[in-house]
Amino acid sequence: MNTQPGVIGEKIGFTQYFTPDGTVKRVCVVKAAPLVVVGKRTVEKDGYTALIYGFDDVKEKHVTKPEMGAFKKANVAPKRVVRELRCEAEFAAKFEIGATVKLDEVFTEGQFIDAQGVTRGRGFTGVMRRWNFAGGVQTHGTHEYRRHGGSIGTNMTPGRTLPNLKMGGQYGNETVSVLNLKIARVDAEKGLLLIEGGIPGSKSGIVTVRHAVKKRIKRGG
Amino acid sequence: MNIPIIADLESSQLRELPDFRVGDTVRVHYKIVEGDKDRIQVFQGVVLKRHRAGARSTFSVRKVSFGVGVERVFLSHSPRIDKVEVVSRGVVRRARLFYLREHQGKAARVRDQKDA
Repeated sequence: MNTQPGVIGEKIGFTQYFTPDGTVKRVCVVKAAPLVVVGKRTVEKDGYTALIYGFDDVKEKHVTKPEMGAFKKANVAPKRVVRELRCEAEFAAKFEIGATVKLDEVFTEGQFIDAQGVTRGRGFTGVMRRWNFAGGVQTHGTHEYRRHGGSIGTNMTPGRTLPNLKMGGQYGNETVSVLNLKIARVDAEKGLLLIEGGIPGSKSGIVTVRHAVKKRIKRGG
Repeated sequence: MNIPIIADLESSQLRELPDFRVGDTVRVHYKIVEGDKDRIQVFQGVVLKRHRAGARSTFSVRKVSFGVGVERVFLSHSPRIDKVEVVSRGVVRRARLFYLREHQGKAARVRDQKDA
């Protein structure tokens, strides 16, 4: 289970900036403010530790009464997105329920992170788009076989199509993580994270940004 | 593409360049880092296109050097651009002058504003 500290936010889009020597850094902008702690999971009560984040204010009429009850209990304004992220007990202890999460308390510049988002949905897609198949020849008498994938197996042996063959189907709208991206800048005032590289998902999609699982930063010292 | 947050982030990157347009002849003084030394190289040619996109803006300059066409794309707001001089103003009727690539010699010229 991933217990790295992290936040949820909204993907704003891409931009670039110049370093003093003139090289260009391409960055993805993630907005994670106002981000508040709506609740906590504790080992005593729930058997695990987690922080429940609320992101993006919303009118009271747009949340259900049970949801509103949870917000009232935490004494925070209703939020559009509520997500639970597992974490270590020490990290959870840093935040009170109802507290606003400042990004510089979670991330430092230059550190590696993992980002997770839901890719843009493309619906039911053929093999050419989904798997980059070449398709068939367009001429020489081709009849209704221009965007097909070709053969899907042999005849008598094994007498069936093997599993996991690349075919058409739903493409996109799946949760994808990108590991080991680098934080270029943390703007706690505006609540912005600038991350080198791309994060899956559409603009205004909800993304999760956590410390890198496979690249631990040296703590302390 | 006008996202207020990104426009705000980019606003600090923007730098002032002289006003030049597609078809103008410009001299771009470009800093080149060689090891630990800087020197300035001048690239003079016709502006083929301007891509206006905040801090990501670019412009392309084309010149013919020893009979070979050379095009360079410069990032408009790059700190590596020392300065841009406008040599002459051109008169053109389109936003992208890609047709110059197919022309040679006299046909590959852009009419000067002074002559027009």
